[in-house]
Amino acid sequence: VSKPTDLVQGTLDLLILKTIAVEPMHGWAIAQRIRQLSNDVLLVGQSALYPALHKLEQQGWIEAEWKLSENNRRAKYYALTRAGRKALATETRQWDRLSAAISLIVSKA
Amino acid sequence: MPRWLITLRLRLRSLFFKAEVERELDEELQYHLEREIEERRAAGLPEGEARFAARRSMGAIAQNMEACRDVRGVNVIEHGMQDVRFALRQLLINPAFACTAMLVLTLGIAATVTIFGFVDAALVRPLPYEDPSRLVHVFGTDPETVHSQRRGAVSYQDFRDWRERNRAFRSIAAYDVRAGFNLTTPAGPERVRGLRVTSGFFRTLGVAPRLGREFRDHEEGPSAPATVMLSYSAWQTRFGADPAVLGRTVTLQFPWLAGGEPHVVIGVLPPEFHFPMAAEAEFWATIRGRQACWDVRRCQSLEAVARLADGVSREAASSNLTAVVAQLRTEYPEHHRQPAVAKLVPLRDVMLGDIRPILLMLLGAAGLLWLIAGINGVSLVLARTETRRREIAVRSALGASSARLVLQFATEALVLAGLSGALGLLLASWSMRALTRLISEDMIALMPYFRDIGLSVRVIVFAGVLSLIVGLVLGLIPLVRTSTSETLAGLKEGSRGSASTMWRRAGAPLVVAELAIAMILLVSAGLLGKSLYRLLHVDTGFNLQQLAVLSVSPVSVAPGSPNENERPGDLAHHVAERVAAVPGVVSVAYADLSPLAPAMAPSSTLWVAGRSEHEQLKESWPVRRVSAGYFRTLQATLLRGREFTAGDLAAVRPVMTINNTAAQRYFRGDDPIGQSIALGGAGSPLREVVGVVADIKDGPPESAPHPAAYVPFDQSAFTLIVRSAQAEHTVFPSVVAAVHAVQPGLLVHGQTTMSEQMERLPSTSLNRSSAWLVGGFASIAFALSLVGLYGVIAYTVGQRAREIGVRMALGAQRRSVYRLVLGDAGRLVSLGAALGVVCAVTLATLMQHLLFAVESWDPATLAVASTALIVSALLASYLPARRAVSVNPVEVLRAE
Repeated sequence: VSKPTDLVQGTLDLLILKTIAVEPMHGWAIAQRIRQLSNDVLLVGQSALYPALHKLEQQGWIEAEWKLSENNRRAKYYALTRAGRKALATETRQWDRLSAAISLIVSKA
Repeated sequence: MPRWLITLRLRLRSLFFKAEVERELDEELQYHLEREIEERRAAGLPEGEARFAARRSMGAIAQNMEACRDVRGVNVIEHGMQDVRFALRQLLINPAFACTAMLVLTLGIAATVTIFGFVDAALVRPLPYEDPSRLVHVFGTDPETVHSQRRGAVSYQDFRDWRERNRAFRSIAAYDVRAGFNLTTPAGPERVRGLRVTSGFFRTLGVAPRLGREFRDHEEGPSAPATVMLSYSAWQTRFGADPAVLGRTVTLQFPWLAGGEPHVVIGVLPPEFHFPMAAEAEFWATIRGRQACWDVRRCQSLEAVARLADGVSREAASSNLTAVVAQLRTEYPEHHRQPAVAKLVPLRDVMLGDIRPILLMLLGAAGLLWLIAGINGVSLVLARTETRRREIAVRSALGASSARLVLQFATEALVLAGLSGALGLLLASWSMRALTRLISEDMIALMPYFRDIGLSVRVIVFAGVLSLIVGLVLGLIPLVRTSTSETLAGLKEGSRGSASTMWRRAGAPLVVAELAIAMILLVSAGLLGKSLYRLLHVDTGFNLQQLAVLSVSPVSVAPGSPNENERPGDLAHHVAERVAAVPGVVSVAYADLSPLAPAMAPSSTLWVAGRSEHEQLKESWPVRRVSAGYFRTLQATLLRGREFTAGDLAAVRPVMTINNTAAQRYFRGDDPIGQSIALGGAGSPLREVVGVVADIKDGPPESAPHPAAYVPFDQSAFTLIVRSAQAEHTVFPSVVAAVHAVQPGLLVHGQTTMSEQMERLPSTSLNRSSAWLVGGFASIAFALSLVGLYGVIAYTVGQRAREIGVRMALGAQRRSVYRLVLGDAGRLVSLGAALGVVCAVTLATLMQHLLFAVESWDPATLAVASTALIVSALLASYLPARRAVSVNPVEVLRAE
């Protein structure tokens, strides 16, 4: 099991942006979605998740709104802003380049 | 929304809605925890276990919350607050340092801010008129002579033509320089401040009345109805701010017109209105009725103010008006002997007069004091950083980053400067008011813009900037000081390596700078003091001592009263006769104006009979109307001829006396006695010169000698000049009783003495105020520089205690130790004094025109100032030297 802290710096931001690109989500749901989509490989602890969310909000990439959740409770939903969408595109491109480069080296060796 | 704006909004929210943000953070994490619990419960765990497992998976919640706060950027501010609290604690831990530094900085800031308050009130704050930059004061002749001789510039008849013919002004108005009214009150007649103006006066200035209306055009002229406008303060104090004052009547008498008349109140001026040339007039009336001077073109009793027409420059307006003046000259050649010039000066410049250079000089002096206070602050902080070297070393060894340390020290400096700035501002707001109270009532009337002086926004900003500069400079010192090598050095107990030499290296130049600045201020104060002394002891041409002065004015001459058939001048004669009999009175004289009176004497051209037109000097000089025995009472020197006799006055003989300057200028080597002069021009009656008197300073003592003429007194209102045998104040009650014995209804006012008049003249009182202020600044600077010098020498002696101990153990004499220490001090002092003298002389040449009969390089002042500085500086260094000598060599060596 790989923890996000072991991931390349900035990867968690990319994961969060990608996850909420579909629809606004609250923190717990984001962690769950990342875990499901990664087949339980990536477990995002709240100790990393919430500082990252708050930082992205400060950067203006995501915005927060209090809404009722699926179990009828107040939860803080995060959604992408326009700047966030642009950032997601750049980050994705960079990730593609980086991961391609890494796998080139790893698979050859 | 741009991203930085989002960030800013969120940061501000985190800062100012801290509780809400914290609650949301809490709620967010709580929600997460509950979902974790639910998930585990759904997986079949019992309640307690699900809760425990969820908590364990969450980790340390408090730490996470702190991480979120960090990300939100709240911590930078929190740390800043911590630094401020720490700085305050540091200041409290060392109250001696804190108090000394704050006292010094507060003094410097307060002095500068106080003077800036005056500068702001006089030079920066807008005048209380509409668009004041378009207002000009109009001089019908050279402004220099008008200013120095304090006389009117234009006659009423000429003014009317100016008003009609000019194409340069949107409007032009004039006021009569002969200010003052006699007001009839239930308690008897009273002399009040008042001014007569032309009807467009307030329209020209752009002042709207607070109540009622301003003058209309038909309210000016010989047959105009009598109306009056009140100043705001007159309305408040005399009419209890009664809004129904409009339409009421007050009985006013213009002293140059016989008989009082009821005037209808038509308006009240706004509270902020002032007009410095009117010396705070309470009553404003128009030029109306019949007064001899207003009918004659050569009687120049008015001064004019004008508003430039749109798009007309001052130069263009000036040449337009000059053309009008020239036109009048050709139309009425017999009345216009002076060259045709019209000068327009911005109204503000005329209002400020000499005050601008004085204020700027004072601001400079205060600035120097601020500088010296700042330097003292720097050396204090430097010394304190020195004592905290170990603290710095320990803290950086414990992991404080050097940025954090620098920030910490900068915060301390800013807190210190901020506190001093706030205290300085408080002190300044108090001292501004205290200083305005010290200015005499006469002076403040001429400078009404100082009345509501106080903390304006500009003053507060100025104080803030001063403190910020101090704070930044003080904050930069540790930045220089806390380099890593020194941190390591600091850890070694008792090390005296680079740090102390650094302090000595920085301390010495600071002390030299302080001494030089103190020297500049001492020299300036000395020069101003000497100038004041010279002003007060100028040769006035008469004896100021034991002269009592008071003015008498008949309030109303009702038709049919017993005095009706008397000639003007008879009243004065009767009063003088009665006063002469008062015990203690040595002699009595009277005149239209006493010498040194703060008012303008009318002036005329001296037209010497028997000379062709082009031989005449076309200049106009003051003419005084005086009694018999005038020169004897003043104890002026009659050079030739005789004084007027009672017979001259009774018969109103056409005789005159001229002063020595006039005799030289108009008659060169010839004897003026027996010559004839027409006052005012070729058409005027000839007067025979019967005497020549040595020059009398009639006006400001600093004015250059100028021709003057004296003619027999022939008016109804007069000023009595009484020479008494005892202290001049003591004769007033009996003299006033004697005046009222002649006619009970006479108004007696303006009781003063000649010496008081001298003291209260604008030039002497301005010179006195600035001499005292600069003297005060100089003493503070002097004390601060001595303290600074003492500090450096004492520190050096402390550092060299071991060396001195060794020297003495090896048999050095006390004398040589003294020489060692005092030699160090002497070098600093002589360098500082020399630098100070050079700067002082350079700066003093800039204020040369503020000095009266004193050169900027006055050797006596320089000698006294430098001796005082050097002697006291050596005394200040003698104390540490004595301590050095008294060390016990054995103890010092053992202590090492």
